[in-house]
Amino acid sequence: LLYTIKFEGIMMYAESPEWSDIVPIPLPHNDKDPVVQIMYSDRFKDVYSYMAAIMEKKEYSHRALLLTNDAIECNTANYTVWHYRREILRHLKMDLKEEMEFSASVIEEQPKNYQVWHHRRCLIEMSGDHSLELELTAESLSQDNKNYHAWDHRQWVVQQYNVWDKELEYVDELLALDLRNNSAWNHRYFVIENSEGWSSETVARELEYAASFIRKAPNNESPWNYANGIIKKNKLRYSDFPKLKELCTSLYESHVPSNFVLSTLADIHIEAENKEAAMEIFEEMKEKDSIRVNYWTFRLQQLQGS
Amino acid sequence: MSGFHKDVILKEDVPQLLLFSKHKDFLLSYAQKQDSYEFIMSEWLRASGVYWCLTALRLLNNNELKEDELYEFVMSCYDKKSGGFGASANHDPHMLYTLSAVQILAMIDRLDAIEKEDIVQFVVKLQQADGSFWGDEWGEVDTRFTFCAFATLVILDSLDKCDVNRAVEFVLQCKNFDGAFGCVPGSESHAGQVFCCVGALSIANKLQLLEIDQLAWWLCERQLPSGGLNGRPEKLPDVCYSWWVLASLKIIGRTHWLDKPSLIKFILASQDDETGGFADRPGDVVDPFHTLFGLAGLSLMGDQHLADVNPVLCLPQSLVDSLGLELEILTDGL
Repeated sequence: LLYTIKFEGIMMYAESPEWSDIVPIPLPHNDKDPVVQIMYSDRFKDVYSYMAAIMEKKEYSHRALLLTNDAIECNTANYTVWHYRREILRHLKMDLKEEMEFSASVIEEQPKNYQVWHHRRCLIEMSGDHSLELELTAESLSQDNKNYHAWDHRQWVVQQYNVWDKELEYVDELLALDLRNNSAWNHRYFVIENSEGWSSETVARELEYAASFIRKAPNNESPWNYANGIIKKNKLRYSDFPKLKELCTSLYESHVPSNFVLSTLADIHIEAENKEAAMEIFEEMKEKDSIRVNYWTFRLQQLQGS
Repeated sequence: MSGFHKDVILKEDVPQLLLFSKHKDFLLSYAQKQDSYEFIMSEWLRASGVYWCLTALRLLNNNELKEDELYEFVMSCYDKKSGGFGASANHDPHMLYTLSAVQILAMIDRLDAIEKEDIVQFVVKLQQADGSFWGDEWGEVDTRFTFCAFATLVILDSLDKCDVNRAVEFVLQCKNFDGAFGCVPGSESHAGQVFCCVGALSIANKLQLLEIDQLAWWLCERQLPSGGLNGRPEKLPDVCYSWWVLASLKIIGRTHWLDKPSLIKFILASQDDETGGFADRPGDVVDPFHTLFGLAGLSLMGDQHLADVNPVLCLPQSLVDSLGLELEILTDGL
């Protein structure tokens, strides 16, 4: 058995016959914690004093691997232990299937831990097997749809192994659940940028896509950044997309409270050299978005000066 | 105005004044209480933890932490073989903790008591062909490490030992469609990463490569009605963004695009009036990380009780001046 079975009681390494050959290296501080923490702290000291001894000895064995299970459980962010664990895996030339399961279970328990995600990536680089990753990241994102590590991992897999084909559909699913998910919008841009590219059909399609979400929640920043980003990046003009102007205008006229409606409309006016209309909007923003009064004043002065 | 989806509401009874001496007590006790749960658990990032405590205390104009002990600690993190520093004794060297170590050494005026060349080599060797930097031999890439590399090298007066132009090229590849930056090309814009990229460009004297107005707008849109700042759209405000966002705006000369009074109010509300220290937001548990960045944010906004902080290196400005470092910071304009 490679992985620890959890007993009800906690096995102390100091009491284990299998470890009697090891002299633990005590941690450099005394524990004076109140009673309620003593159990945990004793275990921590036990595990880490043996971990220190094993690392000092450079023992890369199965029992050392089991010990790192405990060390990781006690302190998942201890990056040195994760490194050592990888060294053990290399030395033992182990099949990584169970290790993948182990890392998946740690990811599930501590999805925001840097070290386990990086470990997972190292495993995939070692084995070349990326077949589980889309499901893993989707599972993680179903718990927290903005988890930066999960997105980062997914983007790495998708790009490294060229598995783009399901990604737009995945973004559709996520936005259907939460249209304000900025990470999903970012992913969409990333996918198109790196796979189909920005043909005029794609641009038109994606602007309509953004517009459909803008209609649902005009005050949500993400589809605005997305649409404006596409236009800017491809050096297009707002005048190429009259529907966007129509949308902005109708939202504006319905008095929808949104920085982004107004800001985009102002940009459309500026492009059409309709300074007056843009300046009117900036004056309005100074009051309506007073927290950013200096920004809107800047935009106004830029126009007045030009 | 925009009907924000996610924010906090400040209660009536939140702290409104800077609890100066409580923070001092909190930080000193955190740094010195070596048998506490927090101390034991934070071993894996201790070099950074010490940097946070020491810098925060220096901003509070306090010098009570003993420099000899600090030096001893930092040198226990040093790995002679690689030239890098780990988080603590017997931890593998890493870019993050190498910067923290060098920042601490600068603050205790012991930059002459180290093997600069070896540390420089540790950093320089982690640079990759595309200009990015690994965190350590295990190959993680992140714009955080670019910032750490540049900051470490500039403090050691050795920036030119790495390929600055290539590094800058990589940073620019991390610019997204919204004008902000992520950790690697294509990853979501995030205020922490923005700070790292802007800080790196400042050190390299290449701020002109930024689209300042677009980036500054993205940054000032992080401010929510509560006055607090988030790190990306539709996330809750967090005091640490008082640093990442504010320092970035300071570097590019646009802090006036934020509403400072309401930001100050939010930061002060995040203090714990019993224990001292700052939390990520009002009512949460305090820690040294948020304490440093809360204080640093207040310092950037001109709080007279605090020492001036340098927005690029997050070190006392007086220290940066005495090191003779001139880091590119654009003047706050209109």
